[in-house]
Amino acid sequence: MPQHELILLKNMMRPGYTGSLADYEKTGGYQALRNTLGKITPPDVTAMVRKSGLRGRGGAGFPTGVKWGFLPKDYHGPRYLCCNADESEPGTFKDRQLMERDPHQVLEGIVLACYAIGAETAYIYIRGEMVLGAKILEQAIDEARAAGYIGKNILGTGINADVWVHRGAGAYICGEETALLESLEGKRGLPRIKPPFPATHGLYNKPTVVNNVETLANLPHIITRGPEWFAAIGSPPKSTGTRVFCVSGHVKRPGNYEVPMGMTVRELVYDYADGMRSDKPMKAFIPGGASAPFLTPAHLDVKLDFEHVAAAGSMLGSGGVTVMEEGTSMVWAALRLMEFFYHESCGKCTPCREGSSWLVQTLRRILAKRGRMEDLETLSDLCKNIAGRTVCAFGDAAVAPIQSTLKHWRQEYVDLINEAEAANLIRPEPVGRP
Amino acid sequence: MLKDKYRKEIEEILSRYPVKRSALIPLLYIAQREQGYVTESAMQEIAHLLRLTPPQVYETITFYTMFNLKPTGKFHMQVCKSLMCALVGSDTVVEWIKAKLGIAPGESTADGLFSISLVECLAACGTGPMMQINDDYYERLTEEKLDRILADLRSTGTSPLKSGPFMWPEPLNVER
Repeated sequence: MPQHELILLKNMMRPGYTGSLADYEKTGGYQALRNTLGKITPPDVTAMVRKSGLRGRGGAGFPTGVKWGFLPKDYHGPRYLCCNADESEPGTFKDRQLMERDPHQVLEGIVLACYAIGAETAYIYIRGEMVLGAKILEQAIDEARAAGYIGKNILGTGINADVWVHRGAGAYICGEETALLESLEGKRGLPRIKPPFPATHGLYNKPTVVNNVETLANLPHIITRGPEWFAAIGSPPKSTGTRVFCVSGHVKRPGNYEVPMGMTVRELVYDYADGMRSDKPMKAFIPGGASAPFLTPAHLDVKLDFEHVAAAGSMLGSGGVTVMEEGTSMVWAALRLMEFFYHESCGKCTPCREGSSWLVQTLRRILAKRGRMEDLETLSDLCKNIAGRTVCAFGDAAVAPIQSTLKHWRQEYVDLINEAEAANLIRPEPVGRP
Repeated sequence: MLKDKYRKEIEEILSRYPVKRSALIPLLYIAQREQGYVTESAMQEIAHLLRLTPPQVYETITFYTMFNLKPTGKFHMQVCKSLMCALVGSDTVVEWIKAKLGIAPGESTADGLFSISLVECLAACGTGPMMQINDDYYERLTEEKLDRILADLRSTGTSPLKSGPFMWPEPLNVER
C-alpha cells in the first residue's frame, strides 16, 4: 500500500485522542485561527483558498474560494455561513466521523470561513438523526466559546463569529443548499429557483455561503501549511487535496479511508478496503453516493478525481463508494435506490414527484416478473423527462441508477421480462401509488 | 404548557435566530421530547409562540419524517432499508424483528414497548445493517446482537451496544 499523509483523519488516528479542546490544541489546533485573525486580510484568505484549488466536498465540487468570491463586496448588512452537515446521501458517512471524532477541526474551519466572508453568525445544519453528533458539536462549541475561539471579540481581535447547531428533522433534500436554507428558516425544505444564488440572496435573503463539513475541515490545514502545499496533493490542477472516501457494500473492510484524489478505484477497494468479502468477483460499483451512475469492473482503473470519474460517465459526488458482488440483481439495486428517491422527492416539481413514483411502479413490476418489453421504453422515456427538468439537481440524481443500469446491464431487465412473457404471467396492473 | 416548563430553553433557542420562525423545528423537538409525539395543542402553542398560523406549523411538521404525529412505542426502532444496508442484510434484520416481536413495519407491540418502521439511509453505510432506536444508533447488527439489545432495553431501558462517537474502521485496525 503506498504511503501518504493523512490530513483530516490524522488527529483521530492518534491513540487516546478524544477530540477535546485540549487534545486538539496539543496537535496544533486553533493555530491557524491565531495566525489569521487580524493578521491576514479576509480577501487574502479567500485568495489562499482559491489558490489551493479546494473544491466542495458535498457533491457538486464547486471551487470553494470562487464561491466565497461571489458575495457582494459593497453590502454591509449581515452575512451568514451555513455548514452543511445534512449528510444524507446513501453511501456517505464521512462527515459523521469528522464531527463526532474531531469537532474542533470543523469548528476552526467554520470560524476561518466566517472571517473570510465577513459573517458573524454560522449555523451548522446537522441531520436530525445524528443526535450524538449534535451533542458533541454543542459541547465543543461551549469549550471553544469559553476559550475565546468562538463568540464575541475572538482572541481579543474584535472579530465576532457565533456558531449554532441547528438540527434538521429527516429530509434528504435539505442537503441541497437552497432547501437547507428554507429548512433553516423553519419552512418545508423545498429548493429555491436559482438565480438568485445564496451568495446574494441566501438565509433570510442575506448573502450566504453554504459549505460542506469536509470542505470546512480542510481550511485550517490550508492556512497553516499554505495553498501551494495543498495544491500539490491529489491530482492537480483541478482535483487537489485528499478525499475521505466512504467504502460500503460487499467489501471485507468497509469504512472511511482518506486518500489523495486521483487514486484508482482498484487501489481503494482492494488495498484499503481489503477487496471483496467473498470469492465472488465485483459486479458493479457506485463511485460517489446514490446520485452517481453505476460503473462496472471495466472502470476499476478510473482515477477517483472529479474529471476522470466524470469522463467515465459517472460523478465523484460525495465520495461514497458502494461495491456490489457478482450475483446482485441490478434491477433490484436500481429499485432500492429508486425507492429512496421516491421517498425523498420533496414534491415541488411535477416531473420528479410523479416520475419517481411511476419509475418505482414500473421497476417493481419488472422485478416481480410481470413486466413487458414496452416497460423498458417507458423507463428511459421517464428518465429523459425528469433529468434537467426540475428546480434542483435531485431530478438528475434520481434517474442515474436506472439510466446506468439500463446502459450496462440491460440484459438483466430483458431476462426478467422474457421470463414473465414465457410464463404468461402478464396481468393488467391496478394503477396506484407504490 | 411547554412555555412554562421550558421557558429558559425556549428563550435560549429564540435568541439564536434573527427570525422567529427558524426556531420552529427546535421547538417541535421539545414538544416531541415531552410526549414522544407532537400533539395538536403543542403545535398550536408553538404557532402562538412564533407568531405563526397553525397551518404554517402543520405544513412544516408534515414535511419532516422525524416528527411523529401519533404515539409510537417506547422504543421506536427504525431500520435502514436503503441499498447499502440492503446489500449487507437489512431485510434479514427486519425478518428477525418480525419473528421476535411479532410486529411488522408500522406496528407496535401490544405492551407499547416497541414499534418498528423502515427508514431511508441514516449515514452508517459502512457499518450496516443498522438501526436507530430513539436517539441511538446500533450498527453491524447480528442476530445475537439484536437479542441482547432487546433484552437490555426491556430490563434497563438502554443498551451499552449503542454506537459512541463514530469511527470505522477502528483506529486499532489501521496500521498507518
